[in-house]
Amino acid sequence: MSDNLLEIRNLDVRFKGARNVHAINDLSLELKHGETLALLGESGSGKSVTLKTLLRLLPEKRTDLGGSIDFDGTDIMTLSGKRLRSYRGGDVSMVFQDPGLALDPVYTIGQQIAETVMRHKGVSREDALDVALDMLHRVRIPSAERRMKNYPHELSGGMRQRVMIALALACRPRLLLADEPTTALDATVQIQILLLLRELQKEFGMGVIFVTHDIGVAVEISERIAVMYAGQIIEEGTTREVIRNPQHPYTQGLLAANLHDVARGTRLDAIPGSPPALETRPDACPFAPRCPLMVDACRQALPPVQRPGPRRRVACLRAGEAIPA
Amino acid sequence: MAGCDDVLSYFLRRLILVLPVAFGVSVVCFMLVQIAPGDPLTAIMPVDATAEQQAAMRAAYGLDKPLPVQYLIWIANLLQGEMGRSIASGRPVAGEVFGAVSNSLLLAGAAAVIAFPIGTFLGFLAGYFRDTILDRFITALSITGVSVPNYWLGIVLVIIFSVNLGWLPSMGAGPGGSQDWHWDWAHIRHLVLPAVTLAVVPIGIVARTVRALAGDILSMDFVQALYAKGLSRGDVLRHVARNAAATALSVMGLQLGYLLGGSILIETVFNWPGSGFLLSNAIFQRDLPLLQGTILILAMFFVGMNLIVDVAQAAIDPRIKRT
Repeated sequence: MSDNLLEIRNLDVRFKGARNVHAINDLSLELKHGETLALLGESGSGKSVTLKTLLRLLPEKRTDLGGSIDFDGTDIMTLSGKRLRSYRGGDVSMVFQDPGLALDPVYTIGQQIAETVMRHKGVSREDALDVALDMLHRVRIPSAERRMKNYPHELSGGMRQRVMIALALACRPRLLLADEPTTALDATVQIQILLLLRELQKEFGMGVIFVTHDIGVAVEISERIAVMYAGQIIEEGTTREVIRNPQHPYTQGLLAANLHDVARGTRLDAIPGSPPALETRPDACPFAPRCPLMVDACRQALPPVQRPGPRRRVACLRAGEAIPA
Repeated sequence: MAGCDDVLSYFLRRLILVLPVAFGVSVVCFMLVQIAPGDPLTAIMPVDATAEQQAAMRAAYGLDKPLPVQYLIWIANLLQGEMGRSIASGRPVAGEVFGAVSNSLLLAGAAAVIAFPIGTFLGFLAGYFRDTILDRFITALSITGVSVPNYWLGIVLVIIFSVNLGWLPSMGAGPGGSQDWHWDWAHIRHLVLPAVTLAVVPIGIVARTVRALAGDILSMDFVQALYAKGLSRGDVLRHVARNAAATALSVMGLQLGYLLGGSILIETVFNWPGSGFLLSNAIFQRDLPLLQGTILILAMFFVGMNLIVDVAQAAIDPRIKRT
């Protein structure tokens, strides 16, 4: 047994259809027990697809999967039927981006949490409802007894996201997947939810993969950061390492494009261009067309993965070089 | 919260809203007689009746009083179950309408019992297997069902099952033109063909509705979230069904209303002694009291059906505001 909770090896995800999309290309990632990792990237970089693959939620007929996913000794790629169901929601659960869309509108909150508990723990309805109530207390929902009988549309966005979190944690999963859980919320509510997630992570001790496009959120919540671009992880390290010493030109660009420490009246340093469409599998550095440090070699082959430290990696030929201002 | 008190008070509020509708319907029914061309008396009076005889008859039927007074008398009688006498048969309208409407209810109920489960099942299948061959097949089937004129289908079924195969009777509600319904095989045999014919359109409509509902709901985010929390396909389908129930039920309720009032052609084809049959006879015989009574009762059924659908919908779907 390794101390890794999750090991993703050479994951490929390709969507078939009128247009093929190579959403994930040769992605490898490790997560230790109780570790919090932020998966950082812009829209379309494959963050959400990675999470959905982890729960095997992608439509099977339209998806080609490659590589392997090992969760605490279990091969996720071959799970099916009853074992897949007990893995989903029992071992690994997910908090979705928009809690207004992810909760069933015609069941009460209590019923929805209790249903999960009953399926996974095989307890009676009454016991499951007790667990649900306890969870609502733990996510600090005021007057939880009354809220149990509310429907999702009767709650505010922040309350709904707390419910979603309560639901995800009700069966004490060992891994929590959070898919931009604060994006759909007001700024003040975002911070409350982040703090709550951080506290609950300490309390429950589960591993967390937190998908976000917001560097500020990633810094707030995570111990480690993996930066995604075009379906690959292009840089990984501890949060401190990545923020203090970004090695990949894309990461440097992301940090430079951040609002903090920018003098009034100056233009933000946005990264020019847009991410590739991924209709074909990248055979060179996908960031090259936008990269200020691009050399000819970048367009000819996939960049080498450099490992400047333990559990630190950068997929770039010119890793660590500063972008000329 | 889906408390019983909530639903009850919603029901009472809806009931109050129904009263003006019922009043409007009754006024329209009453005015029908006034608007209709021709004098109802000329139909029953001898051609050579004198002016005095006509005036006496007019007074006997209360037709000489002002309209609002006539209306009030009519309503007062209605509330006592007195709907006048049929001009053609001389029998009380209430009895005629009651017998016909209960026959129609029987036919509509039988058609609904056939149509709603089949339509729901087909629609669910098509919605779940959307854009597959099965979906296209069911869609084609339901469009055909909605489009085929059902009186024509009725005649075709009669030719096949009554004339050629001789399995089922083609006419009436019971052996030997019996008007009284009994739950025995001799009577049920008479119900089969008209009920099946009548069921074809609602099968198509319910299937189309449920297909669209199931398809939409299955593509919503919360379905993926349900799978993510480890529910089985059966559990997820139960959630989908509950989400679809309110809308599906309202469509079914309205269909039941149409089945009741809209079966004139089918009742005529099969000689079924129901309200549609009665209605068409009343029209051809210019039997205005009978026409009035039948339309009024059918309209009230429709209003009542809508009320039940509204309340049932609110009881099932918490998002419908019960205020």
